[in-house]
Amino acid sequence: MSESIIQMKEVNKWFGDFQVLKDINLEVKEKQKIVVCGPSGSGKSTLIRCINRLEEHQKGQIIVDGNELSEKTKDIEKIRAEVGMVFQQFNLFPHLSILDNCTLAPIWVKKTPKKQAEEFAMKQLEQVQIADQAAKFPGQLSGGQQQRAALARALCMEPKIMLFDEPTSALDPEMIKEVLDAMVSLAKGGMTMIVVTHEMGFAKEVADEVVFMDEGMIVERAKTNDFFANPKNERTKLFLSQIL
Amino acid sequence: MININILKPTSANFQTYLYIGSGLILISIFDVFLRSFFNLNFSTSLPGILNFFLPLIIGLIGFQMIRLEYSGNRIVDKINQSVNNNTFNAGLTLVIIFLTLLVIPPALNWMIFEATISGDTKEACATTEGACWTYIKVWFRRFMYGMYPNDFHWRINTAFIALIGFAFVGYFMRGKLKNYITFYYAIFYPIIAFIIINFLISGGSFGLEWVETNAWGGLSLTFIVSFFGLIFCFPLGMILALGRRSELPVIRYISIGYIEFWRGVPLITVLFMSSVMFPMFLPSDAFVDKLIRVIAAIILFEAAYVAEVIRGGLQALPRGQYDAAKSLGMSYWKMQIFVILPQALKLVIPGIANTFLALVKDTPLIFVVGLSEVVGMLQMAKTNPKWLGYAMEGYIFASILFWAICYAMSKYSQYLELKYKTDR
Repeated sequence: MSESIIQMKEVNKWFGDFQVLKDINLEVKEKQKIVVCGPSGSGKSTLIRCINRLEEHQKGQIIVDGNELSEKTKDIEKIRAEVGMVFQQFNLFPHLSILDNCTLAPIWVKKTPKKQAEEFAMKQLEQVQIADQAAKFPGQLSGGQQQRAALARALCMEPKIMLFDEPTSALDPEMIKEVLDAMVSLAKGGMTMIVVTHEMGFAKEVADEVVFMDEGMIVERAKTNDFFANPKNERTKLFLSQIL
Repeated sequence: MININILKPTSANFQTYLYIGSGLILISIFDVFLRSFFNLNFSTSLPGILNFFLPLIIGLIGFQMIRLEYSGNRIVDKINQSVNNNTFNAGLTLVIIFLTLLVIPPALNWMIFEATISGDTKEACATTEGACWTYIKVWFRRFMYGMYPNDFHWRINTAFIALIGFAFVGYFMRGKLKNYITFYYAIFYPIIAFIIINFLISGGSFGLEWVETNAWGGLSLTFIVSFFGLIFCFPLGMILALGRRSELPVIRYISIGYIEFWRGVPLITVLFMSSVMFPMFLPSDAFVDKLIRVIAAIILFEAAYVAEVIRGGLQALPRGQYDAAKSLGMSYWKMQIFVILPQALKLVIPGIANTFLALVKDTPLIFVVGLSEVVGMLQMAKTNPKWLGYAMEGYIFASILFWAICYAMSKYSQYLELKYKTDR
């Protein structure tokens, strides 16, 4: 068994008086693919946003690749550079072309020479099959293309871990497949992934384990087959019966 | 009742109505034209008020006669839709046409046909009713250069040509140099500008005679004050805007305090303080030139306004942009410089242009500390005993100057908006 690359111990988080995360314990090993599901407002997004410290947790311990995340963490940027993230709303930079979106961080954060960064970015764009759109601006692309560009942008930093925050929720149904295909091929390449999604087909295909969250707690965590075949918790059963 | 119905066209008789109606409108316009240009009035026999309003009445009847929902004639339909959809609008249209006809001839007469530009003294203007551009001609150098010695005007001209030249350097930066373009304009160019102005206009070394800033003035001073005001208040405002949104309380409260203080005081007080009060706090041997103090005051003042405009742009950006930049490992400054500010500044180009125009038009206020740019020189010229009574010409001249400058700036801001438009 390899070392856990992400460890969350007794993590608690409040937004004001409202507790979003309650005693979260989660370990993710290298190359593991985890799907997080649950009803809306259950804290899934907050959970993965805590992993690259876009949200700060107030209690407990989060260790990513051997570094603990806290107020004292000096170079949080370094850890973030190793953790890629894809957002529901794509969040491409609208003032930059797709290629510039992909090379901005490698050039200025990792200090990669421009030419090398562009070559690598083109390779990533080819992987997600939008190399022909490289010179265009995000506003000129369809939703599915934008999301794949966002995926390529994250991959250009050569992250060790990829986080997906409902990557297909803002897409038209016919565009969901092209994004999921790109994610499946990424998973097959051996990336460590945590995916918040409602796409249960995707979960069945690539996930090693599924985590079910409700009201800020991890209600159930199981191997993918077990999770769908015989869920143990009542709430999980209810949830599955509603979305399957 | 019958009378009004007679005026309503139907599609059957429209052709006739169109001829009569447009004829009446043309007659009414022609009548006003004759009154205005040739002082001819055909209806003097009518009682006063009727005489005065006759063109309007005739015109209204004409418009009434051609008003038909669908006439089949494209030009008539267009007129009916845009200016003749009811009697009130038809009346307004006529009034505007009449006023234009009534105002333009006297204005043109005064400004051009009866104006004088010959001669060098007030006497040249004595014979005419029109504008006395001789006054502007004689005082032109003063309006441009203030009390700066006549022999040295070439120094100001050269300095400005050099400044414009250096401003275009960015166009010729190619390849690797292009990465330094922002650095050049933000830091290098202001330093060059200061050096040029210090050595060429102020003088005092290289065999150039020193000219004290009290003698500077006119349009060149307007340019100098606005130029330094603009290039320095922008970066300061940007930093204040970021500071006001900072998560660090000390920085945030300093920024808020600064912005609210400077926005709360009138510019004229600030200028006055900078020139009268400020030197009292300095040690007796320290000396800061009055012009520098005034420019500094304007920069500090306008920066507060720029800051709020930029903050508006920062707030318009969705949180996702910050998330995305952070998730790629960018530090605060990298995120601001490469992701946030380029988008925010693009959004606030109209607002920034607004503030900059206001700054240029605020420069005449420096008269309170005894510096005279164009308007200040005007005040001086109009009270000159040899040239009493020509204030109007001076103010028109200054208005045209300011309008030209501001219009150019406004056009440039529109060009920038188009240039940086990448989305949608």
